[in-house]
Amino acid sequence: MARAVTTQHKTIATAAAWIVALLIFFPILYTIITSFKSEQEAIQGFALIPSGTMESYAEVQAQSGYFKFFLNSVILSVGSTLLAILISVPAAWSMAFSPTKRTKDILMWMLSTKMMPAVAVLFPIYLIFRDSGLLDSRIGLTVMLMLINLPIVVWMLYTYFREIPGEILEAARMDGASLWNEIIYVLTPMAVPGIASTMLLNIILAWNEAFWTIRLTTTNAAPLTAFISSFSSPQGLFWAKLSAASTLAIAPILIMGWFSQKQLVRGLTFGAVK
Amino acid sequence: MATQQTRSLARFMMAPSVVLLFVWMIVPLLFTLWFSFQQYNPLNPIRNGFVGFSNYALFYSNPAFLSSILNTLIIVVSVLVITVVGGILLALLLDQPIWGQGIVRILVISPFFVMPPVAALVWKNMIMHPQYGVFADIARFFGAQPIDWFGQHPLTAIILIVAWQWLPFATLILLTSLQSLDGEQKEAAEMDGAGFLSRFIYLTLPHMSRAITVVILIQTIFLLSIYAEILVTTNGGPGYASTNLPFLVYQKALLEFKIGQASAGGVIAVILANIVAFFAMRAVGKNLDK
Repeated sequence: MARAVTTQHKTIATAAAWIVALLIFFPILYTIITSFKSEQEAIQGFALIPSGTMESYAEVQAQSGYFKFFLNSVILSVGSTLLAILISVPAAWSMAFSPTKRTKDILMWMLSTKMMPAVAVLFPIYLIFRDSGLLDSRIGLTVMLMLINLPIVVWMLYTYFREIPGEILEAARMDGASLWNEIIYVLTPMAVPGIASTMLLNIILAWNEAFWTIRLTTTNAAPLTAFISSFSSPQGLFWAKLSAASTLAIAPILIMGWFSQKQLVRGLTFGAVK
Repeated sequence: MATQQTRSLARFMMAPSVVLLFVWMIVPLLFTLWFSFQQYNPLNPIRNGFVGFSNYALFYSNPAFLSSILNTLIIVVSVLVITVVGGILLALLLDQPIWGQGIVRILVISPFFVMPPVAALVWKNMIMHPQYGVFADIARFFGAQPIDWFGQHPLTAIILIVAWQWLPFATLILLTSLQSLDGEQKEAAEMDGAGFLSRFIYLTLPHMSRAITVVILIQTIFLLSIYAEILVTTNGGPGYASTNLPFLVYQKALLEFKIGQASAGGVIAVILANIVAFFAMRAVGKNLDK
């Protein structure tokens, strides 16, 4: 028997949930609203209806060249993710399909590298980057972001691959499939959803990484995190412009994030919560 | 059956990630360790050289050091308490049958996808600004004096911002765990006359314990190294009131160019993180066996 739900109960729960949800979402909502105000409107006190002007967006692009930072963010997050996938797939694959006694230890050790505080190695990394000419270069930062997220990528892929039943591989082998055919026709189709989810989450993480991207760039390779941080100087503070820049910086990833809730839970809990 | 051949193939496939991570972990760390025993200032190279443990002594005797460790712990613990308790309550609420659940979930999870500098700037200027912020508007509406958050309560302000960023994460994971709770068990408990509170304590909470552990561990890793939020809001101030350990190390290294002291601080940060990691690893490892 299904639990009987009274309409009254549902109404109260709905009202409470919506109020809390709107409160949590409010800073984002208000930023979006303010981005459509003029500078003057923006500091005139609380108002939820903007005049709808687009001048802040035009100014942000004209003054600081938003698009270049956006492009850097795309290149860095997608590039580092592709690189990480390329390196992780074979590793996760072999751990999932021919695990040894040490597999778990290796996975644990990989995860432990995430625990190292970035700031502890800031200066050595800074020196290495400076001396090899990688400061403010997209290549250097791509490698950096790849390394930071590599443990999570290996882990996520591992938990996905582990769910592919090994019997299918044996059946394919019995039918005389070569290793190559096995990979292309049997494994790949089953692995694609897992790889896609891993990529999605990893792009989000790389996009929002805000330590190395700020410290290792100045202009050329600077992504949106650095772009936004430059707004923190007091002389550059204009509410509407700040809002427009913020909205532009978070919009793409916010939308991607909405589609990745399930993968997020799985990926960030290393498969412990599904 | 794994043959010798597939085994060496497996090793070969694993090599790139293992080698890369090993180098990435060990090389910079050795550098940091080395620098922590050196006097090294790129602006004043004449006095560079081996100095033994004096960097550690200097870092330790710095009045900012103890307060920065304290601040680090205050941030971690406060945010954990807010997000775990808030997350459980929110998860319980969102688990109820409600209209528009999909949209509510999207609204609640959104802050997690906001990059830290944006979150910090939006809160600093739009919400908490003593003159133009929404909080100030609300205070004035009630005839109260607006609070200068970053001047008077810098650490509280940062904790609020960080908690806002992580509450969605906790809620989402706890909600996922809650939804995997067997409905029949709940019904059985209800039929036996168990009230909401006893159902929560004896059934729901034990079921969520694993998810709660994971939330605490993951958040701790990230909360120990809060950086951008401090950089764009208070810059560690006023004084050292909102400086945590990572921020102190950053100041020493890139603003004062006291590389030796910064490295000593870095080594301390690594030790601190390792103590936490030790417990974290054991708990995550246990969960894997299930």
